[in-house]
Parts: sequence; C-alpha cells; structure tokens
Amino acid sequence: MSVTSATPVSTPSLPTVPLRELAPWAVLFGLLAALVVFFVSADQGAISIPSGTAIHEWVHDGRHLLGYPCH
Amino acid sequence: MTARVFLVRGLLAGLLAGLATFFVAHAVGEPSVAAAIALEGSHSEDGHNHGHSPADGHSHAEDGTVVSRHDQRTWGLLTGTVAVGTALGGVVALVAAAVAGRMRRLTLGQSTALVSAIGFVSFALVPFLKYPSTPPAVGNADTIGSRTGAYFAFLLVSVVVAVAVTVLAVRLAPRIGTYGAVVGGALAYVALMVVAGRLFPTVNEIGDFPADTLWYFRRASLIILATMWAAIGVVLTGLLLRLQSRERVVIARRELAASL
Ligand SMILES: [Zn+2]
Repeated sequence: MSVTSATPVSTPSLPTVPLRELAPWAVLFGLLAALVVFFVSADQGAISIPSGTAIHEWVHDGRHLLGYPCH
Repeated sequence: MTARVFLVRGLLAGLLAGLATFFVAHAVGEPSVAAAIALEGSHSEDGHNHGHSPADGHSHAEDGTVVSRHDQRTWGLLTGTVAVGTALGGVVALVAAAVAGRMRRLTLGQSTALVSAIGFVSFALVPFLKYPSTPPAVGNADTIGSRTGAYFAFLLVSVVVAVAVTVLAVRLAPRIGTYGAVVGGALAYVALMVVAGRLFPTVNEIGDFPADTLWYFRRASLIILATMWAAIGVVLTGLLLRLQSRERVVIARRELAASL
C-alpha cells in the first residue's frame, strides 16, 4: 500500500493477547456479567431468584430506562 | 498487554460510564417515569390499572411498594446504571483484547472504538428498534414472560449476527478489499436483522397511553443507552491508548539501554 504510517519503524506491530490466555477470563467474567445484567434487567419479573419484589423495585427505574421489559 | 490489564480498564470505564449514565438518566429520564406513574395512578382510580394493582405485587405508586419512589429514582437507579455499565465495560474490554492486533491495519484505539460502536448497535440500538422501552403503566403483567423471552432472544440473535458478520468481514477483507468488506458486512447485518425482526413477535400493549409521554420516555431511554455506550467506548479507548504509549516508552528505553 502507498499509505505510509507516521509511527516510527522501531515500534513493534500491535501485540495480540493469546486467545488461550483470554479464554478463562472471558468465560468467568462473561458469566459474572450475565448474572449482573440479569438481576438488573429481568429478576423478579419473568423469573424470580429469590422470590419477592425488593430487587425488582430497587433497580426498577434503571430497568425501564435501559430498555428492558419491566412488567 | 494481558487480558487482565484490558479487564481492569474496562471495569473502570464501565464504572465511570455507569455514573455518567445515572446523571443523564436522572435528569432526562426520571421526569418521564414520574409522568407515566402519575398517569398510572389516575388510571387505577377509574379501573384501568393495566394489571399494576398492588394485588399482583407490582405497583409503581408510593403505596404497596417495598422501596420508596425516592430510593428508586436515586440509589436504585444508580445501582442499575453502575452495575450494567461495569458489566458491559468489562465485556467490551475483553472483546477489545480479543480483537486487538487482529483487525487488519486497525490500531488499538480504532479496534476498541469499533467494538464499542458495534456493541451499541447490536446490544442496545437494534433491540430497542424491535422492542422499544416502555414506561411504567404500559405493558400487560400476564405477558411479561413471553416479552422478556422475546427481548433477550432477539438481543442474542443481534449480538451473534454482529459478531459473525464482523469476523467474516475481517476474513474476506484481503480478498474483496476493506470497502467491500465493511459495506457488505453492514448490509448483511441489516438484512439478517430485518428478517429476524419479521420472524419475532411484535409487542404492542400501549393502549391509550399518551403518545407524547411515550415519545419523551423512549427518547430519554435512547439518550441514556447512547450515553452508556459512548462513555464506555471513549473512556476505555482513552485508557488503552495511554497504556499503549506508556508501554512504548518503556520498550524504547529498553532498546536504547540494550544498544549501549
Ligand atoms: Zn415498572
């Protein structure tokens, strides 16, 4: 390509994170994130863990305004 | 750079994004929520309570709730935006880690910004277009199960299609060129989501809810979602670029020392 980069030649090409190293982080944090999003977006609506309405009511406005079905 | 340094910066970006989202949501969104709840209250009196009577365990009015309205619109809202912001920030950072250096000639900043933009479109904007947010007082309590299922299934389809199309575009780019890959990928995503949108059930439980209040609420909702994703993208990209330039200085120093 005729496009010349402004970065100096000594700069190493962009380092990549090995996918093997990334996988455990992705699985663990992915599950944790899904759990957190579940409690804010859907708990004590369609599914209740634990039963009751306290969590639903506490995050209620966020659930509506972030676009999740509330009730 | 390691997965950990990406995740730490993603969590920080998400936390800040959650805070920013709270302030925007409190200022822009809460007036619409209050207006909707006031309507709901006046409706309950003439018998049209849309299934929100305290009897079914869900009422937005002050009476019959465990959490006061004041707590819901302050600490409760803050909990929701910060929790979702931090979770999404971490996920975006791990995806950014996976694609860094693997997206043709894109720099770290460019690929991270692109991940955030695709995240906003596929995780927030497109699900919103199919299943727009609804204010309190809208929605039949009997259909919450099917509506929740449809919403998250559509969201999942959207994210999976976005990831697949992006991977395919990056793979095909050397053969068909960047222009063709980007335009083709975007068109493929739009086409597939139009098909998915037609296959998924439509929800319309608005009834006689006033159109202006509904529009203000949905506009606020969209602004709030855009705030969250923009803040995640901007802060995370900034943090990663700072880290990168610091690492480059260290490497340059090391090379200089080795050459002496
Ligand atoms: Zn509600």
